[in-house]
Amino acid sequence: MLAIERLSKTYADGKRALAEVDLDVRRGEIVAIVGGSGCGKTTLMRLLAGLDRPSAGTIAIDGEPVRDPHPKIGVVFQEPRLLPWLDVARNVGFGLSRLPAAERAARVADALARVGLSEHAERLPRDLSGGQQQRVAIARAFAAGPEVLLLDEPFSALDAFTRADLHAHLLSLWKATGLTIVIVTHDVAEAVMLADRVIVMRPDPGRIHDEIEVLLARPRERASPGVEAVSRTLYAALDEARRPAARESEQEPAGLWW
Amino acid sequence: MSAGEGSLAARAQDAVSGEVSGDAPASAARRLSRRLPRLGISRTLALALALPLAAALGWEAAVAAGLAQGRLLPPPSRVLATFADLQARGELVLHVATTLWRVLVGFGLGAGAGLLLGALCGASRPARETLDPTLQALRAIPSIAWVPLFILWLGIFEASKVALIAVGVFFPVYLGVCDAIRSIDRKLLEVSRVFRLSRVETARRILVPAVLPETITALRSGLGLGFMFVVAAEFMGASEGLGYLLVDGQQMGKPDQILAAIVAFALLGKACDLVLVAATRPLVAWQDVARDRL
Ligand SMILES: Nc1ncnc2c1ncn2[C@@H]1O[C@H](COP(=O)(O)OP(=O)(O)O)[C@@H](O)[C@H]1O
Ligand SMILES: [Mg+2]
Repeated sequence: MLAIERLSKTYADGKRALAEVDLDVRRGEIVAIVGGSGCGKTTLMRLLAGLDRPSAGTIAIDGEPVRDPHPKIGVVFQEPRLLPWLDVARNVGFGLSRLPAAERAARVADALARVGLSEHAERLPRDLSGGQQQRVAIARAFAAGPEVLLLDEPFSALDAFTRADLHAHLLSLWKATGLTIVIVTHDVAEAVMLADRVIVMRPDPGRIHDEIEVLLARPRERASPGVEAVSRTLYAALDEARRPAARESEQEPAGLWW
Repeated sequence: MSAGEGSLAARAQDAVSGEVSGDAPASAARRLSRRLPRLGISRTLALALALPLAAALGWEAAVAAGLAQGRLLPPPSRVLATFADLQARGELVLHVATTLWRVLVGFGLGAGAGLLLGALCGASRPARETLDPTLQALRAIPSIAWVPLFILWLGIFEASKVALIAVGVFFPVYLGVCDAIRSIDRKLLEVSRVFRLSRVETARRILVPAVLPETITALRSGLGLGFMFVVAAEFMGASEGLGYLLVDGQQMGKPDQILAAIVAFALLGKACDLVLVAATRPLVAWQDVARDRL
């Protein structure tokens, strides 16, 4: 449903943040994107969100090109980015101003219920914990009725318990709606717990290094042998991606890239 | 004038942070004042009033006991008597109303222009690059220096006075609004892009609420400057107004009248500021909530 072809992004300062990325995301799939910092994950997400323009290549959703923010694509940023002057319900309804009031209220109530924040509808963002704020951000993106949800390291600022809780919310949302999800993370456990497919990226220039299918049934247990096996594979791929020279030019003396 | 403005802005800041620290004393005191909010407020008030009241009463007692003459610095009772006298002759209302009218009209014009040009320069780069250098150059002129020109242009009566006040109010408002818009969080603007809001909607739903707190601070600084400049304006020739009472008191050797006018200025300025704060409080209540929690 999301087709990315030969996508490249070179910033004004000449930095090649993405080079020739090809990726197809299937409807209803959860794709996790992992990689060290600086390998272009955020750049990729911003291009998918239509917030930046690619230098070359195309993005299409159901055949329609994505050049600006697209109604079928919802975005959750790394920070909640809630509007501090609006209460939770109004924040969730922020993208729904074109709808009649009754439908808007219904959608907001539904989205809040799905992230378990119904009883906090009238509170201000300042009075919520970090995890609750991020749940509001997810509800806000979800309420607008996207088909694809993009999340860029959405849980990286949260503690492990809160994170596990948010994984559960995200998965139940996904299960109930058949949403397609693309999530960036630097947490291998998070990727393995959530994703159907993990894309490993490497830097300089940013591109796809490897792709790992996670064929584990849900719900997944953090300590199960299956999860641990995939985690090991993923760690190995990440390690490999971090050693750029070794793979591309094997004839060079091994010590050079130190 | 920029120095005066700086200290005024600093004072506005102080007022704000004073509120913060006033609202957030040690946790025990906070618990107490939460349980007994009235007591907490009156305690703060009592502490704030203790020094000036003690000084006034002390001076009153010293003069009454014959320890001091009180001719150049009349005791509070004489200042109050002057108030009563002015009131009895029906002059107090006239002077207060005249000064208030001048400040409000000047503030309205200056703040209106400041908001408009500040918004324009904050939002549009070409406008900023065209207008801001000129406005900054004008700001460098001490505003009182305009007085002779304003009198030549606008005459000796109300128009020149109002113009001077408007000029004084304009700059802090212009600068505050322009800065507030320029420093708005780019991340919030991206939220509006993600939801595909139009420019007008983005301005209404993100820009305006985001810059409101700083705008209100700027308006308060502007109002303070308005009161500063109304004195200057009334010094340069007025037959009524609190500034006139000052000049008249000096020329006629009536220090009690001067002090009465000064006290009236203080009360009037504080009252106007309170009205402005109270009128805008609902707009920034979301911020006050955060302040209470600090
Ligand atoms: N606006 C920008 N201008 C120039 N370089 C940028 C910009 N944004 C990101 N980069 C660079 O592009 C590379 C990829 O950045 P990013 O996509 O943020 O990586 P990641 O999210 O994987 O950490 C980094 O080297 C970063 O410094
Ligand atoms: Mg990033």
